[in-house]
Amino acid sequence: MARHVVGRVEEIPPGGRKIITVAGRSIGIFNVHGEFFALRNRCPHQGGPLCEGLLWGMLHARVPGELEYTRAGEILTCAWHGWEFDIRTGQSWCDPERLRVRRYDVHVEPGDTLAADTPVPGKVPGPYIAETYPVVAEGQYLVIEVTS
Amino acid sequence: MRTRQDGTSVAPGSAATALIDCDVHSTVPRVEALFPYLPPHWIEHVNQSVFKGAGTTYYPPRAPITARPGSIPPDGPAGSSLDLLREQVLDPLGVEIAVVNCLYAIDSLHNPEAAVAFARAVNDWQIAEWLERDTRLRASIVVPSQLPELAAQEIARVGDHPGFVQVLLPVRSQHPYGSRLFRPMWEAIAEHHLVAGIHFGGAPGNPPFPSGWPSYYFEEYAGMAQVFQSQLASIISEGVFDLFPTARIALLESGFTWLPAFMWRFDKEWRNLRRLVPWVKRAPSEYIREYVRLTIQPLDAPAEWRDMERTIEQIGGDHMLLFATDYPHLHTHDPLDTLLPHLPDALAQRIRSENARELYGLV
Repeated sequence: MARHVVGRVEEIPPGGRKIITVAGRSIGIFNVHGEFFALRNRCPHQGGPLCEGLLWGMLHARVPGELEYTRAGEILTCAWHGWEFDIRTGQSWCDPERLRVRRYDVHVEPGDTLAADTPVPGKVPGPYIAETYPVVAEGQYLVIEVTS
Repeated sequence: MRTRQDGTSVAPGSAATALIDCDVHSTVPRVEALFPYLPPHWIEHVNQSVFKGAGTTYYPPRAPITARPGSIPPDGPAGSSLDLLREQVLDPLGVEIAVVNCLYAIDSLHNPEAAVAFARAVNDWQIAEWLERDTRLRASIVVPSQLPELAAQEIARVGDHPGFVQVLLPVRSQHPYGSRLFRPMWEAIAEHHLVAGIHFGGAPGNPPFPSGWPSYYFEEYAGMAQVFQSQLASIISEGVFDLFPTARIALLESGFTWLPAFMWRFDKEWRNLRRLVPWVKRAPSEYIREYVRLTIQPLDAPAEWRDMERTIEQIGGDHMLLFATDYPHLHTHDPLDTLLPHLPDALAQRIRSENARELYGLV
């Protein structure tokens, strides 16, 4: 399990998302009401860009015609065929026993724990060190854990 | 005794050959036959106006499929004689139980009082002249399905009669049967533990296809499968089985080989669009396999029998099909030899009787 720094917290405001590539995988990172979630950007149905799809609330109905709306913004539908996935678990809603998309833990960590000059065991600085987002001591960073 | 195609004989009525015919037709011979069951003002109206009640069959009166040879009695149309039903079906095939469906077109009567009065008359006629005259018969309640509240009242009136096992609904309707307009009717069907028998045809006044009126009966006849599909789509999507889990449906004269492709599409689109109908909690094909059964006549058979076996496998389960002759309509000269001998024995036996016994709660 390698940890990758994938961006600054303020890059993804509530309701926002960012799609990044980590360890060869396209992964979508979402801010839902201040909570961060990460899902593999590949639908288990036909490989579509899942994380480019719309976010919805959860609709339940114990009785036909009586809708119960909960969990606003927590259901991700694939951009290709609209299949629904729970952003917290990666579980599909049309075939929950068989279909699940890979989810990753997202941590918010202060920069001073990430910006050490020497590599920290178990922490792999992500592309943002080499590219446009150097980790500095100030600010909060998003870190995800990806199995190599 | 019947002889199988392989030359062996089977005795009618033995356990292996019990036969339940899920679709035979009774025909009101003429409007006067309903007079004993009509209130006086409707008798007067019929006698003194051009109104002579509703049509008695959806089939063209002189088409060969309407009347098999010998089924027209001297004093009425095909299907109007219990004696001929006995002679041509019940006795020679050794039928244990036959479900009688009267196609009297209550749904064509746009006068609500007439629709109610004639539905009541036809049901009382069925009780007196069919159910009470042969213990092998069961029947379907005819209802003014265009007026669901009144349909529910008629179901409540006669639904506890032990001879009635089903409510007959023409597949062509003014509104799809899943519409919430029909909730009172479904409630009555479920409350009285009846099956909803959705049957070929109907005369609701609107075209049989949403694309408009066909020019030829041939088009309507061949195209009716899509009307059955639209009813299944409506009933499952609007949650009829979620609201009334004891309700069951028999599709009568529907054909069944179209069902696999329809289930594939229905399931596929449910995966995309299920959030519009969140009470539909399982794939539609699972509802169909649990709640819907289909009769085997008329048979839309592929050219090769191995394709038929594959089709039945795709429908899923040996519990889905029901034997039916569709008497007096002529689809095949020997309904017992058309499909059943081509199927594995266990499946054929379920189709002959056991599936119907479970569906209709027949003992």
